[in-house]
Amino acid sequence: MKRRALDMLLVSVALVVLWQALHWRVGEEGLASPAATLRQIGEELESPRFWRHVAETAIAFGWALLYSAGGGLVLGLWFGFRRLAGEVAEPVLTAFASLPKVTLYPIMLLVFGLGLPAKVAFGAIHGIVPVVLFSMAAVRNLAPVLTRTARVLRLDARTTALTVLLPAALPEIVSGLRIGFSLTLLGVLIGEMFAAKRGLGFLIMNAIGLNDSGTIMTVATLLFAFAALANAALLALDRHLHHRGD
Amino acid sequence: MSRAGAWRLGILGGAVALLELLCRLGAIKKITMIPPSEMALALGRLMAGPAMWPHAAKTFGNVAWAFLIAVLAGATIGVVLHALPGLRRALDPWLATWYAVPVFVFYPLFIVLFGMGDAPIIAIAFLFSVAAMTIATLDGLGRIPRVLRKTARVHRLTPIERALRIDLPSAFPYLLTGVKLALAYAFIGVIASEFILSGFGLGHEISFAYNNFDNRTMYGLMLFLLTAVVLINLVVQRIERRELRRRGR
Amino acid sequence: MSQVHARLMGVSRVYPAAAGQAAVHALGPLDLDLRRGEFFGVVGPSGCGKSTLLDVVAGLAAPSEGRVTFEQRDVAGEVPDGIGVVFQEDASFGWLTVWDNVAFGLRRAGREAAEVQRRVDEALRFMGLVDFARAYPAQLSGGMRQRVCIARTLVMEPRLILLDEPFGALDAQTRLLMGDELLRLWRASGATVMLITHALDEAAMLSDRVGVMSARPGRFIDIIDTGWARERDSRIAAEPSFGALTARLWSLLRDESLKALGHQRP
Repeated sequence: MKRRALDMLLVSVALVVLWQALHWRVGEEGLASPAATLRQIGEELESPRFWRHVAETAIAFGWALLYSAGGGLVLGLWFGFRRLAGEVAEPVLTAFASLPKVTLYPIMLLVFGLGLPAKVAFGAIHGIVPVVLFSMAAVRNLAPVLTRTARVLRLDARTTALTVLLPAALPEIVSGLRIGFSLTLLGVLIGEMFAAKRGLGFLIMNAIGLNDSGTIMTVATLLFAFAALANAALLALDRHLHHRGD
Repeated sequence: MSRAGAWRLGILGGAVALLELLCRLGAIKKITMIPPSEMALALGRLMAGPAMWPHAAKTFGNVAWAFLIAVLAGATIGVVLHALPGLRRALDPWLATWYAVPVFVFYPLFIVLFGMGDAPIIAIAFLFSVAAMTIATLDGLGRIPRVLRKTARVHRLTPIERALRIDLPSAFPYLLTGVKLALAYAFIGVIASEFILSGFGLGHEISFAYNNFDNRTMYGLMLFLLTAVVLINLVVQRIERRELRRRGR
Repeated sequence: MSQVHARLMGVSRVYPAAAGQAAVHALGPLDLDLRRGEFFGVVGPSGCGKSTLLDVVAGLAAPSEGRVTFEQRDVAGEVPDGIGVVFQEDASFGWLTVWDNVAFGLRRAGREAAEVQRRVDEALRFMGLVDFARAYPAQLSGGMRQRVCIARTLVMEPRLILLDEPFGALDAQTRLLMGDELLRLWRASGATVMLITHALDEAAMLSDRVGVMSARPGRFIDIIDTGWARERDSRIAAEPSFGALTARLWSLLRDESLKALGHQRP
């Protein structure tokens, strides 16, 4: 544990050093310095205007995550338990997974108009695919002996699903959710960068237009910190579930 | 054809037919979506004319560069990290968090570093795709069965022979998965950059057509791009399948 | 036939303490002479260091103390020429056909194509793999894959063949048949064979001598001459002396196995 904390510290220090070196190399308009970014983070966190952008993104992200995780879980379990449906859907899903979905964003805008629903839909289509694929695989890979054991124990279908199958499939499902989480956030941000008047993606885009590297690095650092923390938590859960009982 | 294949074809065909019908009947307005048949016509016109091809060449060229560099760099980084377990352990959590970095924010930095032009876009797409290849390489090297390492020693292979004759072929399926992901991410990186940042390439053309309410061009370009990506992916997937089947997985 | 082929003198092996774990004294100290051309079986409770013993003889692991020689030369951290090893795990190369698997070592040694062709075909014929020459290992059963690994070893004409529970993953009938093939191979090649196994009947049936190891750290408690003729096969299981032999091995091992079990209890 101590060792890991030390590793973390060393890599972080190395990153900051690299950041500072790059800053010296390219100057202020290319890359704001770590110190300047830290200062601006402090200022922004006190500014209500900044928090309005955060709220805008958070709401879109929350809804998108609800759809990608919830919808992905329902579809994934369905495709997993109904073999034929799964076989029909799988190649389509893997093809969709590798598409540059940003291509489809204009359709979202045309269907939903500029605003929250388009962002939510765009985030959701990014995140839903891994959730579906992982949940489907989790159900399919369940050992047949589990179902047979449940039958020997004379459990009814509902109890079997809730007390045997779902817990057994949970580790894989969480792995899918973790990837879905990152991709949903990416989708929402790209959506905001392409067409929005509010939100963190808009702030970045606006700053890129103005060559305001301080704001770019501020928002990027905060976004990274949030995503990294959430990811670390999900990863810890993921690992815990995968190594239960070792 | 398999039963699932027939269902798939039926459902996809039905969906396209339904879309066609809804568009023709006016349930979906022309300003939102044009009928699929007209998309196909628009695609044909684009492919027959000269306007699209320079953009397509630019986009696919940039993807190819980003992809190639990412595969080579990712494999190299993977090999180095595998050889240095201490460094690997320290970097592992960062690798797993890689996709949380909004890499597009580095566009201004890359412009200062590399100048205007293709290099910043290639750099962004590279950053997007290198982690997938690194992770896949580590995965593949980590899963080489210990007994194969022992077998290499029984045959008294030199380290280089072992790398080429045992490690590489043994890890190959995982490397292919990395290659597939790297390709997908290179496409996402290039096209998203063209969409929001650049003034050239297919991504930009789609965004330009959208902003000018030119739905015909927009849907034609989308169809072209998505079909091309799907076809390329099918080829990679076929190679991957063949390799996996040979190994009985 | 009592010429010494490989010799272990005061050999022990200690795995040094790793993070959070105490040092493990896995093997020895022990002495052993393998006689040229004999079939030597090793049995012992699980975790007694049988595989470590094999690794040390093969040069896959260096002894912490003591000396290992093969044909009067020191075995020092590298597998000497003339030793072949067959492992318990499937060590076939999944990316090569059966034929290419078997040809692997000869090609590496730079033999001429015609010789490679002849020797590989011969090894395949000997192991009954001719019909599968163009198949990939994944298309074969576990038993057939282990035959591929044996063929890949025997094609190099090793003078000492070490087998680490090679049939451990196979079903009981297949094991008996593979045992017969191993005897056939042993007689035909004239090689010295050391077979590590956890199956007492397998050791009793195949070996000229059986070394019985203690619980960890593994030492030889006894080495038993089976007295079988060189021409033999699995049908000797029907002989009364076979039952007596297996019973004797078990009486030697029962206490040691109980100790090994006890070690594993928290």
